[in-house]
Amino acid sequence: MPIRLASLLVLLVLWQWGSGLLGSRALPPPLAVLAVVGAEARSGALAVNLGATLARVIASFTLAMALGAALGLVMGRSKMADQLLDPWLIVLLNLPALVIIVLAYIWVGLNETAAIGAVALNKLPNTAVTVREGARALDRGLDEMARIFALGRGARLRHVILPQLAPYLAAATRSGLSLVWKIVLVVELLGRPNGVGFEIGVAFQLFDVTRLLAYALPFVGLMLAMETFIVQPIERHVSRWRPHPA
Amino acid sequence: MSPAGGRTLLEVAVALKTRRAVSGESRVVLRDVGFSLGEGEVCALLGPSGCGKTTLLRLIAGLDKEFEGAVTLPARRRIGMVFQEPRLLPWRSVAENLRIAGAPPGKDLDAIVATLGLAGHLDHFPGELSLGLARRVAIARAFAIAPDLLILDEPFASLDAILARRLRTELTSLVERLRSTTLIVTHDVDEAISLADRIVVLSPAPGRVIADRRIETPRLALTPEAAADIRAELAAMMAAAHGG
Repeated sequence: MPIRLASLLVLLVLWQWGSGLLGSRALPPPLAVLAVVGAEARSGALAVNLGATLARVIASFTLAMALGAALGLVMGRSKMADQLLDPWLIVLLNLPALVIIVLAYIWVGLNETAAIGAVALNKLPNTAVTVREGARALDRGLDEMARIFALGRGARLRHVILPQLAPYLAAATRSGLSLVWKIVLVVELLGRPNGVGFEIGVAFQLFDVTRLLAYALPFVGLMLAMETFIVQPIERHVSRWRPHPA
Repeated sequence: MSPAGGRTLLEVAVALKTRRAVSGESRVVLRDVGFSLGEGEVCALLGPSGCGKTTLLRLIAGLDKEFEGAVTLPARRRIGMVFQEPRLLPWRSVAENLRIAGAPPGKDLDAIVATLGLAGHLDHFPGELSLGLARRVAIARAFAIAPDLLILDEPFASLDAILARRLRTELTSLVERLRSTTLIVTHDVDEAISLADRIVVLSPAPGRVIADRRIETPRLALTPEAAADIRAELAAMMAAAHGG
């Protein structure tokens, strides 16, 4: 922990130093950014925009994880489904996020459904591919045990399959959260009237780097807090059965 | 003892079971294996390694349906199985493993847990148990669901002799008390004699039935001399099968 703090401190010092070097217009010093963060927070705009972005992140992330995991599970368990859906997955994986976003806005309209759907569609193939690997590695012995003891569908999913997929789901969550929030900003920049991405668009038009950082950094902090206080505790809980290394 | 006079529970009539090797050629694993098991009977399936005993168990348990012939079991039945490996859910505690498999909590479960010496381990995860203890949990799990048919696939393999003997005694007392119809696979003649009241012997691969011997003496009253007689008799039958 002290090493992490020291590393963060070095970053701040470098930032301050860089700001002196480049001038405060190109890179405003940390305190100036903090002042704008404070002003935006007092006016309530910061909370509204962070909230809007966070809601979009959670909605599209949940959608992508649920559908992607289901798809990956089916593809990993059935050869037929895998052969049928694999080409689609490869197309989707290689379609640039921007293409999906613009198409969604044109076809569905400039609304929340299009925004969230486009982000989910961008993340979905990653989740599916990761979970598919997990589904391929499922233990046949435990599967047979579940059949012999006639475990119901729900019990099989909860006690046999999901615990085996947990590391894969954790990996998909890790890479997913950061990917999703980056794409959400693009979606907001292109076609939403609020959110961090929208504010960054405004800052870009005004060439206002202070404002840009004042919105970007608090959101990074928010994601970091989610990772530390939600994702990591869940991960610790699901891996509590693993014998601890001596 | 469980006389074979009870209703027939299991009827096995496997005409042919082949397995395709990686090289592509198919090999006969079982040919003309037929026997039936009455309710409450404890039958040991004896045979040399590789004669298809485990394959036969998988057919009976319904895990493998690709064979010629039929396995008949009541439509509504519960099967309890002890695999060669414990096959516990590593992410669930011992108690949860028993509950998830369908063991109803209560006196019966407590008694099984006590007989197998697991009372102090209910909160442990399988990864914290020795192989012997994990085997016991697997045995407890199979008994605890009060199965109509109990299938054990070499449950004492790779345990040291002392531990295996103790587990065998515990298993015998559970079988005696709960009266489940039991099919146990082993390649150990003494194990078969001490546990079963009927022994079916399979030939070396491809497996077929070469002997079906009932042991009339009650299990617990079996004298060493009587056991030795049965052992000699089985050995003679197996030698004859090898010769033929």
